This record gives sequence, C-alpha cells and structure tokens, in this order.
Amino acid sequence: MGLFDKLKRGLQKTKDLLRTDVRDLFKAGEIVTDEKLQDFYARLIATDMGVEAANAIRDDLNEKHRGRTAVIDEIWGDVRAKLKALLKGEQDHLWDVNNPLSPLKLAPQGTTVILVAGVNGVGKTTSIAKLANLLKKNGKSVALAAGDTFRAAAVEQLTLWSQRLGCEIVTKPSGSDPAAVAYAGCMRALELKADVLIVDTAGRLQTQQNLMKQLAKIQRVISEKIPGAPHEVLLVLDATTGQNGVSQARHFSESVSCTGLILAKLDGTAKGGIVIAIRQQMNLPVKYIGVGEQIDDLELFDPDAFVDALFET
Amino acid sequence: MFESISKGLENALSLFRGQGKLTETNVQLALRAVTQALLEADVNFTVAQEFTERVTEAAVGREVLKSLDPYQQFVGIVYHELVNLMGPVDHSLHLRRGELVVLMLCGLQGSGKTTTCGKLARMLQESQWRPMLVAADLQRPAAIDQLKIIGEQLGVPVYSEPAGAGAVKVCQNGVAAARQADNIDVVILDTAGRLHIDAELMQELEQIDLKISPQQILLVCDSMTGQDAVNSAKAFNEALELDGVILTKLDGDARGGAALSVKAVTGVPIKFIGVGEQLDKLEPFHPDRMAGRILGMGDVLTLVEKAQREFDAEQMALQQEKMMRGKFTLVDFRNTMGQIKKLGPLQQIMKMIPGMGKIAEVMGNSDIDPEEDLKQIEGIIDSMTPRERENPDLIDISRRRRIAEGSGTDPADINKLLKEFSQMSGMMQSMAGMSKLQQLRQIKQMADVGVFNPGADLKFQKNRSDRGPLDKRAEQEKKKKMRKEAKKQRKKNRR
Ligand SMILES: Nc1nc2c(ncn2[C@@H]2O[C@H](COP(=O)(O)OP(=O)(O)OP(=O)(O)O)[C@@H](O)[C@H]2O)c(=O)[nH]1
Ligand SMILES: Nc1nc2c(ncn2[C@@H]2O[C@H](COP(=O)(O)OP(=O)(O)O)[C@@H](O)[C@H]2O)c(=O)[nH]1
Ligand SMILES: [Mg+2]
Ligand SMILES: [Mg+2]
Repeated sequence: MGLFDKLKRGLQKTKDLLRTDVRDLFKAGEIVTDEKLQDFYARLIATDMGVEAANAIRDDLNEKHRGRTAVIDEIWGDVRAKLKALLKGEQDHLWDVNNPLSPLKLAPQGTTVILVAGVNGVGKTTSIAKLANLLKKNGKSVALAAGDTFRAAAVEQLTLWSQRLGCEIVTKPSGSDPAAVAYAGCMRALELKADVLIVDTAGRLQTQQNLMKQLAKIQRVISEKIPGAPHEVLLVLDATTGQNGVSQARHFSESVSCTGLILAKLDGTAKGGIVIAIRQQMNLPVKYIGVGEQIDDLELFDPDAFVDALFET
Repeated sequence: MFESISKGLENALSLFRGQGKLTETNVQLALRAVTQALLEADVNFTVAQEFTERVTEAAVGREVLKSLDPYQQFVGIVYHELVNLMGPVDHSLHLRRGELVVLMLCGLQGSGKTTTCGKLARMLQESQWRPMLVAADLQRPAAIDQLKIIGEQLGVPVYSEPAGAGAVKVCQNGVAAARQADNIDVVILDTAGRLHIDAELMQELEQIDLKISPQQILLVCDSMTGQDAVNSAKAFNEALELDGVILTKLDGDARGGAALSVKAVTGVPIKFIGVGEQLDKLEPFHPDRMAGRILGMGDVLTLVEKAQREFDAEQMALQQEKMMRGKFTLVDFRNTMGQIKKLGPLQQIMKMIPGMGKIAEVMGNSDIDPEEDLKQIEGIIDSMTPRERENPDLIDISRRRRIAEGSGTDPADINKLLKEFSQMSGMMQSMAGMSKLQQLRQIKQMADVGVFNPGADLKFQKNRSDRGPLDKRAEQEKKKKMRKEAKKQRKKNRR
C-alpha cells in the first residue's frame, strides 16, 4: 500500500471530525469573496503550517483570484504549486520513489552511523525500529545502540524491538553516560562490520542546554571513533506539534546539525504542516514519515502526496 | 523566550502608547495582532476568533474608547479574558477518605501518561494517600517495565499481568486487587496511548470506563500540540466524559495555546501541569500564568502577586545590588536561596521575570537542583565560619574536610558548591549592564499602578475562581450529572 493510500485510509476515518474538502470551499462560477478566502485561511492554519506560510499563500490567492469568478482547477493548482515550492526549498530534494533508502547519505564504505534525536515522546525509538526494519529489508545489516539511559525502561523498549527485528543491540545500564553507549555501539558495529549503526537518544526539550550539550558530546564521540560519522542526524518530529516545531528544529540543528526530519504519527488527524515552516526557515527536509506503531509503518516522504493529504478529508 | 513579547502584538499595542485615546482603527489593528499572537501560540483558529470577539465586546462594554490609558486597559482586557476562559481552577481530584478511588489517565501516544501516573502517585503520597498503579498499556514495548520502575522509585505498588490479558481485564483485576489489599486508597490506571480516531482502542477505553467507572478520567495532553489539540480532546471527551486535563512538558518554550483551545472546546478544567521529567515536576494549573505565557508576556502578574505576599522586595533588591557590584557573598547566596525557596522552584521563578529567562537557562546548565540541593547548600554554608563565608578563598583542604563533616556531606560537595557559587556570582555580575535592579523596581511599580491589574477587578475575579461561589459550583455539579446521565443513555443505546 502506498503512502497516499495509507494516509487516505487514516484520514477517511476522520470524516466526521473534519469539515469538507478544501476544494468544496470555492464553487466553480462563484465569485471568490473575502469571506471565502478567510475560510480558506482557516484551513491553512489548521494544518499547523504557521501564520507566515499561510499568509503567503493567502496573499497569493488574494492577488490572483479575489473578486474573480472561481476556476477551481486554477485555484487548486496555484495552492499546490505554492505549497510544493515552499516544501521543496532551494535544492529540490526528490528521492527515488523506488529506492526507500535514497534519502539517506550512506557511507561509501564501512559503517554508516545514524543519530536520532528529538523532544520527549515524539516517536524516536519506534522510528529507529522502523528504520532498522527498512534497512534490513534492503539488504543492510543493522546494529542499534540504546543511548537513552535516562527514561525508565527505555533500554528494555529498544531491546524488545531489536529482538523482534533480530538485530544486534549495544546497551549499558540505565544511568550510564549516553556517549559511552554511542562509543560502545561504534566499536561493536565496526567489529561486526555492520552496514548501519543507529543510535537512540533520550528525549530532551531543546531549551535544556545541558542536555543539548550532552547530545553534542554523543555526536563528537561518534565522529572521533568513525570519521565522517554520524552520516545522518535525524530529528524526529511529532505530527501533532504546533509552532514549537520550529524552535525544536532550530535548537537541535544548532547542537548537532540535523540532516533531515522524520515526521511521526501522521496516521492521526494532525497534518504536520509545521514541516513547511521548518523547511522555509531551516531548510531541513522531511525524509520519512511515520504512519503507525508497527515496524512497517514508515514511508518515504513524498511532497506531492503530502500536499494533497494536507487538505484531504 | 519570554523576553520576546510577540513582536506583532508589541508593535500593535505600542500604537496606543502616547496616543491619549483608542480609535476604532487602532483597536482593530491591535485585535488583528492579538489573533496573530494567539495563532503563533497554537491557539485553535476558531477559538482565537471567538476570543477576539469576546475582547471586542468586553472592550466596548467597558468604554475603553474613553479611557485615559488605553494601552494598559487593552492589555488588561485581553489578559483578563484569557484568564477567564481558562478558568475557573479546580485542582481537586475529588478523593474521599475511606473509599477506594480510581483515577484513569488517557491520551495520545507519547503525551506523558506514564510519567504523569508516577507524578500523581507521588503527589498523593505526600498528602498521606496510599496509591497503587495499574499497568494497562499492553501496546508499547516495555511499557509495563517503565511503570514498574517508576513504582519502585516511589515505593508504590504496581499491578500488572503478563502479556496476553486484555487491558479491560487488567484494570478490573487491578482494582479488585487494590480492594483486597486494604492498604490502598487510590488506584491510578495507566492506559496505552492511542489515536482518537482508532475506533477499536477508543472502545477499549469506553469499556474500562463502563466496567470500572473511575471517579476521575484525566486527559494527558502535550503542551507542544498545535491545531489538532481540539480534535483529539473533543474525541476523548465525547467518548469518556473527561473530568480534567493535565498539560505536560511546559518546562520547554512552547507557548501552550493548546491549553486555551482544549478548555474552550471541551469545557473541562485543566488541573495540573507537568514541568519536567522527574516525578516531582507536577504543579497545579494557574490560568493567570498560562495567560501570560500564551501572550508571551512572562508571568509578571503572578510574580508580582507572590512577591507582594511572601517576599521582601527591598531585601532582594539589596542583594541584587550586591551581586552587581560583585559583593555577593556566600551569606547573600544562602539568604537569596532561602527567599527564593518560598516562591517555588528557582528556575521557574527566574523564567517569570522578563529578561531573567537566560539566567534560568544557565542555571539549568549547572548541576544545582534548587529544591533538592537547597538543604545541603544551607547545611554547608551553616557549617562555615563567618570568615569563610565572607572569603571562600580561605577554604583549603582541611577546612573543607571540617565543613563536610559538620554538614554531613562529602568534601567534593563543598568543592562543587564553591565552584557553582563563583560561577553564579560571575554570571550575575555580567548581567549587571542590564540593570536587574531597575527591572525589579519597575515590576513593582507597575504592580503598584496596576498595569497588570486593569480595571482593578482582576483580584476579585481571581478570588472567585479560586473558591467559586457556592451556587456556581452546585450549578456545575448539576450540569455534570446531567451530562453523565446523557452519556449513560448514549451507551445504553449503543448496545
Ligand atoms: N500512531 C502512531 N504512534 C506512534 C508513531 N510513532 C511512535 N508512536 C507511538 O508514540 C509513543 C512514543 O514513541 P517512542 O518511540 O517511545 O517515542 P520516543 O521519542 O522514543 O519517546 P521518549 O524516548 O520517551 O522521549 C509510543 O506509544 C509509540 O508507539 C506513529 O507514527 N504513529
Ligand atoms: N520535559 C518533560 N518531559 C516529560 C514530561 N512528562 C513526560 N515527559 C517525557 O515524555 C516522554 C513520554 O512520556 P511517557 O510518560 O512515556 O508518555 P506516554 O506514552 O503517554 O505514557 C518521556 O520521555 C517522559 O520522560 C514533562 O512534563 N516535561
Ligand atoms: Mg525513546
Ligand atoms: Mg505510557
């Protein structure tokens, strides 16, 4: 099942919660009034894309369509074009839809290290399990490092996933230095000649400077052990996140230079529009989306499908 | 953070400054800016719109247009309406001695339910209740272990069953076990996170509700949630008839507009807020603080009120002055800590003062945990001689050993304290250019002239919300009963 279908299926269930499709807002042949534009603006805001992006799109429509007879395909086309432009940023990140690993910068040889970070409870550990599954399915050998030594039973959680996946895991007792876990993970991955090592980290709020420094230290230890690593630093974002997502992306990038986003929990009714603002302000692309709690529920991010889903009911 | 009053709002409001009166035009402009600020704080669009309408009404009704100080009036009205909408407060969990009470926590995945179960248990323990936790999350890997570890940390029993049983059954058995145990008065059910559109799992919650009838069903909501907060809260409320909301992760920089949205669409009171990962980081919800936060205006009002009540501003000012002149000694350090303790967690307090957010961040950086370490700090400083306090450089190895012995600590702790102290005083000095003293004075002045108490009816309002007139309480109870009845009926119809 493709991303679009899956999303659609999820969104189908929400028909009673959401109102009509945005395309019903403007009726062919009717005049595009201020009121209609305002209703449309409400829809834009409802996606969490933020005031700035919503204003840009509204202003665009204002200029081109206000006071004229509505031509649905044109309006819709303009909205989509604008959103896609916002979402693709400067370099047009388009992965190969047939190669689910194409968004990842894998080391030309030796072990690739992927560091995963994010605020509390967004879905880091689950996303790691999903990503490991994806890598394994594509013929890569994977090792995990249980770098969340803080939260109760976080090590057990990742260990259970590793058992389900049948992959190597490196752990240290709860309370250990997470950098030491990352180091041990690197050692073990090199020893096993694993293709990919994924390092889990404890959830932390981006305003906790000491914890952000700890994260930077984890990254430093990894890069000292394996030159060029971590090759990917993925920030996991919860699709329900509002405007705070921008602050998350900014602070985490400042601390560990993120290379991309995983947008988790898109199977709910939240639209995850904040990634548009993040793309605009930080130029951070979304690489994968999470659409459920199981290991197969990870999909390649597709901007076109995403934009469609923003307004689908 | 708090220092950056949402720019649009600030700009629009500054239009009023120096203009004797409000005009229709600048009220409109200001309202647009207010809406924008609310949207940036993640307040739901419809809620924000309704809110500005209320503000307009309130403004017109009170003849703001003729007011002499429109800026103060306007900020006050906005603030006041926000407080109104998020109140009244109801921190009670409606426990009764001699009766087994069941609390049920529910919410989306990762919102903080399990942690909050632990926090609630800890809070109840402190007022001599004997809680038990029930591990009803059978979905997330190691969720049971997580709750067990938390229970162990608190010395609270955790009821769990090996995988295989259904969540409803686990809850039933857990409650039965608590009844048998005769040393348990509160049972807290930790349910699995779920999407509000997951019909099957929502039904599971309804089943638990039906079979056990928990006295309180609490929704745990992440304060970083955006526009979707209304959808999930509405759905959980429709399925379960929520009794309260707990808002988590407010220790970050999220503006927390979800608080307003959730309250507005469900009418369910927000009872507590989570302000950290540790189990003691649960606080009662205060609409006035939240209002300041949503507007990005710091928590000046609360601070000022608190300060007036418990805090000798003059003394603090004196110490601030000393800090700035670099004459800040260990004695002052100890006194400041003592005073601050009265106010609440140090970092929270500092965050409330505009401009002090940065210090709070740096403090967060050091290893000082104000509450836990305070006793130790006091003990150590008390064990020093007056000369040592005035001149910490004197403290050599043998003195350190003596102080450690006197305070029942480790010489390393003395070292740590001294290091921390010198860092702190250095930091305070470097803040000197910003003149905290003036800021403090200004806050006090503002309070005196009532900038944050426009119309001077805020106090009245607050008292009312704290206690609430009896008839209003009765009215609410009645409404609630009616809703419960309707819910029962709905459930009957379904079967
Ligand atoms: N519906 C849904 N739930 C998800 C998704 N990803 C993760 N979850 C759930 O969200 C909850 C938190 O996920 P975790 O992977 O533990 O999140 P985390 O970021 O590692 O959390 P901490 O380590 O506690 O900060 C779990 O209940 C997951 O099952 C997703 O894409 N969709
Ligand atoms: N910073 C912060 N983190 C919190 C707070 N409450 C919970 N958390 C963290 O959020 C994550 C998810 O919490 P958990 O209780 O497992 O959520 P659940 O999935 O709803 O049971 C964990 O990493 C917790 O430590 C809070 O108030 N502040
Ligand atoms: Mg985790
Ligand atoms: Mg849980």
